[in-house]
Amino acid sequence: MKKSISNWGNYPVIQSNEQSFSLVSELEEKLSKSEEVIARGMGRCYGDASLAKNVFSTLKFNHLLGFDSSTGLIELEAGITLESILDFVVPQGWFLPVTPGTKYITVGGAIASDVHGKNHHVEGCFSKHVLEMDVMIASGEILTCSPTQNSDLFHATAGGMGLTGIITRVKFQLKKIETAYIKQKMIKAKNLNEIIELLDKYSSYTYSVAWIDCLKSGEGFGRSILMLGEHAKVEDLPESLQKSPLKLPKKKLLTLPFYLPSFLLNKLTVSIFNFLYYNKMFKREINNVISYEPFFYPLDAIQHWNRGYGKKGFVQYQFVLPLESREGLVEILKKISSNGHASFLAVLKIFGEDESLISFPMKGYTLALDLPVRKNLFPFLDELDELVLQYKGRIYLSKDARMQSKMFFETYPNAQKFVSILGKYNPSKFISLQSKRLQIKL
Amino acid sequence: MATTLILGANSDMGRALASKYASKGYDLLLAARNPNDLNSLQSDVSIRYNINCTTIAFDATKLESHIDFWKSLPTVPETSILVFGFMEENEKAVTDSSILLNTIQVNYTGAVSILNIISRTYKENKKGQIAGIASVAGLRGRGSNYIYGSAKAGLIAYLSGLRNELFKFGVQVTTVLPGFVYTKMTENLDLPAILTAQPMDVANSIYNALEKKQDIVYIKWFWKWIMLIIRLIPEGIFKKLSL
Ligand SMILES: Cc1cc2nc3c(=O)[nH]c(=O)nc-3n(C[C@H](O)[C@H](O)[C@H](O)COP(=O)(O)OP(=O)(O)OC[C@H]3O[C@@H](n4cnc5c(N)ncnc54)[C@H](O)[C@@H]3O)c2cc1C
Repeated sequence: MKKSISNWGNYPVIQSNEQSFSLVSELEEKLSKSEEVIARGMGRCYGDASLAKNVFSTLKFNHLLGFDSSTGLIELEAGITLESILDFVVPQGWFLPVTPGTKYITVGGAIASDVHGKNHHVEGCFSKHVLEMDVMIASGEILTCSPTQNSDLFHATAGGMGLTGIITRVKFQLKKIETAYIKQKMIKAKNLNEIIELLDKYSSYTYSVAWIDCLKSGEGFGRSILMLGEHAKVEDLPESLQKSPLKLPKKKLLTLPFYLPSFLLNKLTVSIFNFLYYNKMFKREINNVISYEPFFYPLDAIQHWNRGYGKKGFVQYQFVLPLESREGLVEILKKISSNGHASFLAVLKIFGEDESLISFPMKGYTLALDLPVRKNLFPFLDELDELVLQYKGRIYLSKDARMQSKMFFETYPNAQKFVSILGKYNPSKFISLQSKRLQIKL
Repeated sequence: MATTLILGANSDMGRALASKYASKGYDLLLAARNPNDLNSLQSDVSIRYNINCTTIAFDATKLESHIDFWKSLPTVPETSILVFGFMEENEKAVTDSSILLNTIQVNYTGAVSILNIISRTYKENKKGQIAGIASVAGLRGRGSNYIYGSAKAGLIAYLSGLRNELFKFGVQVTTVLPGFVYTKMTENLDLPAILTAQPMDVANSIYNALEKKQDIVYIKWFWKWIMLIIRLIPEGIFKKLSL
């Protein structure tokens, strides 16, 4: 039975045959009968990375296999979500070593995209904290891999977008926390230069990210808010919270039930930004303590906010440029905002050194913004790709739905090596819409 | 802490029930044909909810093994939930007698056999709770699904009689009537989203129904009214419909 599926950007939408499994034996049996398959977790990648003719949903393969509350080592099946891990480990004083801007993703997805958080410049990508994992490769065999065992498989699976096989079991290291709260500092910046300087200046903070207003032109071009954070210690909390510092009150979620025209979503983000920016309390800097959820997952409070971009969907354009290409950042951002394609907000982060085989991050600046799908968007993004290429940057595969193959092979220096490792583990079984488009094959 | 037995724990609904009861602090006895299939579930609920969880082999079609199975349990569970079932395409069950037999044995004979044993203990002890998962398919036979439907109809009649008998002994018997549920058994069917429940919805409803000692529970309220209408259609008209 074919079903319509799409990922977070609602673009593209395809007909696919989706199967699930709760046991390795079931996966092996179903996999042996299928061609052109790809693993799919929560579908939070924006584009076509987890879409294929045959999709294997990992969501029923979601069991905890081991947890040591004294060391913070956790072992689990890859379909488990970050949300369900947090619900279990935070009350015991542990946190994810790296988390993206949503907790509605699976551990398998976190590794396959080798996700980064607001702490990349300090703590690297997700895979850096993985001790070992099992991958079911095309033959149906399960191989255990780690930085020292089957290390080529390990490195090609981290950031490999599901193309080495299906990650089944993962063991990784959590991070110790004293409280479920974050000590936050917010700083206003008048323009792009100022925000980049602030990012550099505060790079010793564990968590940092900036929201940039893309609509403001002239002097205030790039006016923004820098958000910094550290895990709060017990003594940082108000006395009322000190008794149970690891417990958070339960909250209700809002749901966006229908597709909205995209200008409404823009209005919403505009008003949130303006509210913050012009808030009377907000002279230049705010320091406060907030719970981890609004700090890491501000958008998760509104379920299905992606419907706010309307039925045609949207793409998120995320690129990284090396540190020395600062002027490229300005040029690209100006081009986007003058062209009127952009959403209101862009997210700017700084990345640290990254030695990975095929993961996205490199030392430099990364910018992400949402662009509703409409006429001429794709030719325009091809033009932006040219600039990214020229400034020696690259595009994040997990957000991509439209990049051309040439761009991928020119900007990911280990692309060929990656392809040759795939030849060993996945001659032709794991194929996504994305890997077809990018011609990632021998 | 109280213990819950789940018969057919390897199904999607069985797994959801295991998580639900564990999250409420119950110890678990999980039974399935191949208990090794329950290892990951066992580790998940024991780690996450800090409860005791035991897995045991159980085969609904091996009636002769049922007494020993019940006697071998480490403790008498306060709650027993019968989840297992078997459904094949109707046409196959009509033409292939082994599929026919399996449909009847799993859904009816096997279910009745183990519940007979459990209910004797509960009757003697004058306490206990039983929930049996039947199906709305058992409420009226339809041309597309009447072999499975008639086996479940038998189970529905059995549960009703058992409830009647055990009521005076303080034993609760609950009949569960799911409509469409998203499970691995149905993942190849195009089910109408608003009529279809998630396995966790089934688990929540069963938990709540037993807490409130409800006798008959539909999963998603409108199924009660849909089935009421379906049952009211006169046979002369019903036979002409393609259902
Ligand atoms: C609001 C929002 C904020 C985000 N913020 C960030 C961010 O800050 N940083 C960041 O890095 N990303 C971010 N992302 C992207 C997201 O973290 C990644 O796309 C992630 O991979 C999604 O995981 P998923 O479980 O939804 O997997 P899917 O989207 O279903 O799949 C993503 C990829 O993982 C592969 N995959 C999934 N499971 C497995 C498995 N078991 N074995 C092998 N391959 C598998 C798929 O084949 C596919 O290639 C964000 C996304 C959203 C919607």
